[in-house]
Amino acid sequence: MADQNLVENDEPLLVAKSLSKSFGRINACRDVSFSLYPGEVLAIVGESGSGKSTLLQMLSGQLAPSAGHVSYRMRDGVTRDLTTLGEAERRFLFRTDWGFVHQDPAQGLRMAVSAGANVGERLMAVGWNHYGRIRETASDWLTRVEIDVARIDDAPRTYSGGMRQRLQIARNLVTEPRLVFMDEPTGGLDVSVQARLLDLLRSLVAELNLAVIIVTHDLAVARLLSHRVMVMKGGRVIETGLTDQVLDDPREPYTQLLVSSILPP
Amino acid sequence: MTAMIDITDAGKTFTMHLQGGIELPVVRGVTFQVNPGECVVLSGPSGAGKSSILKMIFGNYRCDSGCIGIRHRGKVVDLATAEPRQVLNIRRSTIGYVSQFLRAVPRVATIDVVGEPLIANGMSRADAQARAGELLHRLNIPERLWQLPPATFSGGEQQRVNIARGFISDLPILLLDEPTASLDAANRAVVVELVAEKKRQGVAMVAIVHDDEIRHLIADRIVDVTGFAAAA
Repeated sequence: MADQNLVENDEPLLVAKSLSKSFGRINACRDVSFSLYPGEVLAIVGESGSGKSTLLQMLSGQLAPSAGHVSYRMRDGVTRDLTTLGEAERRFLFRTDWGFVHQDPAQGLRMAVSAGANVGERLMAVGWNHYGRIRETASDWLTRVEIDVARIDDAPRTYSGGMRQRLQIARNLVTEPRLVFMDEPTGGLDVSVQARLLDLLRSLVAELNLAVIIVTHDLAVARLLSHRVMVMKGGRVIETGLTDQVLDDPREPYTQLLVSSILPP
Repeated sequence: MTAMIDITDAGKTFTMHLQGGIELPVVRGVTFQVNPGECVVLSGPSGAGKSSILKMIFGNYRCDSGCIGIRHRGKVVDLATAEPRQVLNIRRSTIGYVSQFLRAVPRVATIDVVGEPLIANGMSRADAQARAGELLHRLNIPERLWQLPPATFSGGEQQRVNIARGFISDLPILLLDEPTASLDAANRAVVVELVAEKKRQGVAMVAIVHDDEIRHLIADRIVDVTGFAAAA
């Protein structure tokens, strides 16, 4: 019967094959392989030092793997190996078809320029030049991420942590990327602010049919946002599967420890 | 007749690594079929593995042995070995699950919690809300609550929201885990009516019901789970 379990329709958007990274004698990431499909949300979970951030950097072409490769299906339908992309091509991908939401919004925003300019900048980078339309689109996006449009001319350094994170999300999504990388996006926020952000992310991801690779150590975030989860330990993927399956029926000792360590609310 | 669910020799054991690797056998040799338009009720005492079997059919618990055949878009797929993506597709278009408790998402209005499965299958928000409203109405959730998130509702109200969400889609398989547990007589009757409607539409159902009267009203067949007990 197994041969009838054919995967339905489409091709993968991103494929990682045997990715490894060592820093000297330290193996930060070993032999990671998976495929990500359009509209799919994959959570990478594990404790600090498990290699999840190293993996995210390799997947997003910011760090060259020691072995293995990452391929990505570009908007024109051609699948390219990331290492063969030129610097200009890679930057273009980052400005258009990809987003990257950092844990610290200051890393993903320009703190001294206005919120409107932060969002508009991504549009100008892809060739928009009509000031009125850029401002209008930026206002729309501020509204979508629940930022009062009256604050459009203020710089994000005057914003609260939660607002900054929502602004970073607007800046990333304005070019309608197909894939967004997120590194602990709710990391430094209060729980009430976290809940609001998660709910917002959840609806945007579904609405825009985004593929997301999200690194988190928070299993509640993984449960709420992701379809699939990869559990990492010591640089290796030790367990993978449907999110609710891995969290409700964890198989590996380390995953069982992670799941049983969640404090009841 | 072609079965919608065809389970053969399915087994499940939990290995508790944090408790010194104790093996906790749950069920073994689970074998039964469910046809379209039929409601099979699982019976057996608490702890016999009824909920585990339901979770295995939904792909929430992994299956260690055997096979769980699901008729999905005209083909039989073994859920025990299916890829995660395929399990998600099957959940979207073939299997619905009404759990015992509502897992509420903060801030989402009741009407949208209920309509979400339809929107996920491509229906417009307005149409989905209209159908959600009809069901909430039938289940006696007053309209003034529809725009509120269900997190603050009473247990019975949350359960009815959960039932509405589970029954709203036209999926060919429906799994029901104690759908009437915290409901009053009037609302239990509504659930019995909803189950009867699903049967007429040809939906295959597997249910866990402790209430004898409800079981008598909805069951076409009873599968005794004690026969699948895995304990030595």
